[in-house]
Amino acid sequence: MKKEMDPVLQMKHITKTFGSVTANRDVDLSVYSGEIHALLGENGAGKSTLMNILTGIYRPDGGEIWYKGQKRDIHSPKDAVALGIGMVHQHFRLIPTLTVAENVYLYSGKKSFFLNRDKMEKEIRECSGQYNLQVTPEAYVWQLSVGEQQRVEIIKLLHQGAEVLILDEPSAVLTPQEAQSMFDTLRKMADSGKAVIVISHKMNEVMKNADRITVLKNGRVEDTMPASEADVERLTRGIVGDRTLPEQERGQNSEPETEQRPVQDPEQEARKEAAKAGLQTSSEEPVQGLRQTSPAAAEGAAQGQKHVCGEEVFFMEEVSAKNDRGLPALKKITLSVRAGEIFGIAGVAGNGQRELSEVIAGLRPVTEGKILLSGKDLSKAAMKQHIQEGIAFIPEDRLQTGLVPELTFTENIILKSYESDRYSRRGILQKQNMRDDAKTYAGQFDIRHGGLDLPVGLMSGGNQQKLLFAREVSGDPRLIVAAYPVRGLDIGAAESIRKILRQQSRRGAAVVFISEELEEIFAMCDRVGVLCDGELMGIRAIEETDFQEIGRMMSGEREETK
Amino acid sequence: MSTTLLISIISTAVVYAATVLYAAVGEIFSQRAGIMNLGLEGIMLMGAVSGYMVAVYRQNLVLAMLVVILVGAALGLVFSFLTVTMQADQTVSGMAMLTFGTGLSGFLGKGVSGVNANLAFEPIAIPVLSRVPVLGPSLFDQNILVYLMYLIIPLSMIYLYKTRAGMILRALGENPAALDSAGYNVFALRYAYVTFGSIMTAVSGAVVSLAYTNFWSDGMTSGKGWIAVALVVFSAWNPLTATFGALLFGAISIIGIDVQTVFPQVPSQVFSALPYVATIIALIFTTGNFRGRRSAAPAALTIPYDREKR
Repeated sequence: MKKEMDPVLQMKHITKTFGSVTANRDVDLSVYSGEIHALLGENGAGKSTLMNILTGIYRPDGGEIWYKGQKRDIHSPKDAVALGIGMVHQHFRLIPTLTVAENVYLYSGKKSFFLNRDKMEKEIRECSGQYNLQVTPEAYVWQLSVGEQQRVEIIKLLHQGAEVLILDEPSAVLTPQEAQSMFDTLRKMADSGKAVIVISHKMNEVMKNADRITVLKNGRVEDTMPASEADVERLTRGIVGDRTLPEQERGQNSEPETEQRPVQDPEQEARKEAAKAGLQTSSEEPVQGLRQTSPAAAEGAAQGQKHVCGEEVFFMEEVSAKNDRGLPALKKITLSVRAGEIFGIAGVAGNGQRELSEVIAGLRPVTEGKILLSGKDLSKAAMKQHIQEGIAFIPEDRLQTGLVPELTFTENIILKSYESDRYSRRGILQKQNMRDDAKTYAGQFDIRHGGLDLPVGLMSGGNQQKLLFAREVSGDPRLIVAAYPVRGLDIGAAESIRKILRQQSRRGAAVVFISEELEEIFAMCDRVGVLCDGELMGIRAIEETDFQEIGRMMSGEREETK
Repeated sequence: MSTTLLISIISTAVVYAATVLYAAVGEIFSQRAGIMNLGLEGIMLMGAVSGYMVAVYRQNLVLAMLVVILVGAALGLVFSFLTVTMQADQTVSGMAMLTFGTGLSGFLGKGVSGVNANLAFEPIAIPVLSRVPVLGPSLFDQNILVYLMYLIIPLSMIYLYKTRAGMILRALGENPAALDSAGYNVFALRYAYVTFGSIMTAVSGAVVSLAYTNFWSDGMTSGKGWIAVALVVFSAWNPLTATFGALLFGAISIIGIDVQTVFPQVPSQVFSALPYVATIIALIFTTGNFRGRRSAAPAALTIPYDREKR
């Protein structure tokens, strides 16, 4: 790695607030040509905000940006691009109905009236050859895999002449193998003199692939170091704070982190907590509404889930299903879940998880195969029968599929039981009963709702999820399907949700738990099945497997083709 | 089938196609930009009546077309303001354009209703081409608005698929946020294409009143605006496919009239309804969700672009 004397890019004393939340506070960042610079920190630590300021999406409240020795004002993404600063966002900004070449040329290239496709495609081939970014210029973007789309985004930046490339969580959507080849590409770009900034919350990949690491926490720079001097301990201290710090200072650092942070963010924290959860949480108090379980049982469950699983409750045999586009999404899935068991589904998102959860819940038709709940065939049964048979469903988009955001707390509570006499007599809703039960649920599950007659869309994500769980587990379901139940929740809420799931499994419910986070699966589950490209790559007991094996299974056949 | 009958079917189908194709191509551009204008029928009526009024009072077809274009542009700007700037619901705004155009055209046209303008776009035989057997007299003995349509179809195809501006247009209805971040002015582009679409629709109306039926009466476009909307969907937002669709509808309508003479006992309304029945059937087969086939509709169609929400 060659390092020039002066950094190509300097951000000085950057401050940015959103209302009462300070996203960046006096942040300094220097980036050199030829390096891969990692921005490490939890979600909500201010990494994305900082990069959005750099690319002109946000305007900083204070501070300066120096680029190539000159102070610059960046007002828009266009300004940033003109300077040579470009960003690959987490959600790609590609247009699926245009070809790869057209997508690139929307942003750059000669402003000629007619499109010269041959020339466009040739230029893109040259660019992709130089950095080993394999793409097919004439392919339509909708035909591409996520990894290929990411490469198109990178080529877009290179073609615009970007010299500083920012990638927001680039490995989040990739298999470990794809991620490594992506980092190899980034290394090539750095070697050719470009500066690469990678936003990440994964310590290992950052230590392995970056030259320098800057750790952000609560909007501040906590630490910055060459990767060679980084170790897990130092980085962890930077990311979550030093437990041995004096009381006063710790209070300052950790409070906004846990309490005031926007709810959508803290995946990382949730993961960490999950890893610990398996060992620690049992000693804490169980969720209020479920305190009937004895501490001994909780202890037993926590010690590596040694509680006894009962009889087989759920069985699916060679089940196939199609996705929304009518393409095969699930291919001959066979699995069974026993009473009291938590069965984890691991895999990179988009490999059939959604379809699997919907098939089990009865939302998606099965094209072949059988689904049995306690021996009863449900493969052709209507949604309503699934509910009556005791299948609870926590969909991945809780606010769209699970709840009706415009309806009130009370109304959402009875969405699945509105026909019961308790809630409706001769078609008239029994408001008093509804409110009584809503109040009970709110108390039991510690749901902070701000008003039982307010739309649930106004509640925080954590409380929405608790409400959804309250409704779903209220009838003591035999099977619970939970798709990414803690995604986007703050730590407190995430932990409550995990407790509810553990309590339910102890009660004897079979649980299918879908998650992207291996740590969480290892902490929560008894067995794990791995989905890749709609196929179940295998099922392992948690005690008999490790991250490496599951990781290999997650990459499935793609391991051979890449 | 006699040659004259064949010529009559083809040439009527072509003129019929012209009455809906201007509007359909305009609406394809508008919808490709992400704005659905369901008020085509109203705009067509406004185009038809304004053109006819100028023809009656000024006896000048060039001036008539200029006025038609201005009327179309004005209505297009109003619709853009509602849907692009004010981000109003496009279905509701379209219904407003429909009722507004229908009502106002009826009111304005009172003076010319039933009045003979003695002026219309007359067929011009193109020297050599019109001598070609069958196709000559049916395709090349037409009025100038039809010839213009012959040009507009290939031009619109070239524009959409071969030019940079066309590429941007295809992206505009798919992901306006991506275009915005690339430095394009999403709002200006949408204004331009919606206004263009409205002008084309008004011209369609003028084709009806000045080159097809050659008179004005209340609501005389009789649902052609809706057929144009249907053609857009039917064609999967492709001007060339829309042309075949329009010719097909034209053929169905004229064949209906011919068949009528064979079965005089069947009420004539049954045959006049044929194009509309064909529309419904075609729409069901082209847009229905058969075996999970994905619709070709632009992804951002009817979604107002709001910078704050990106």
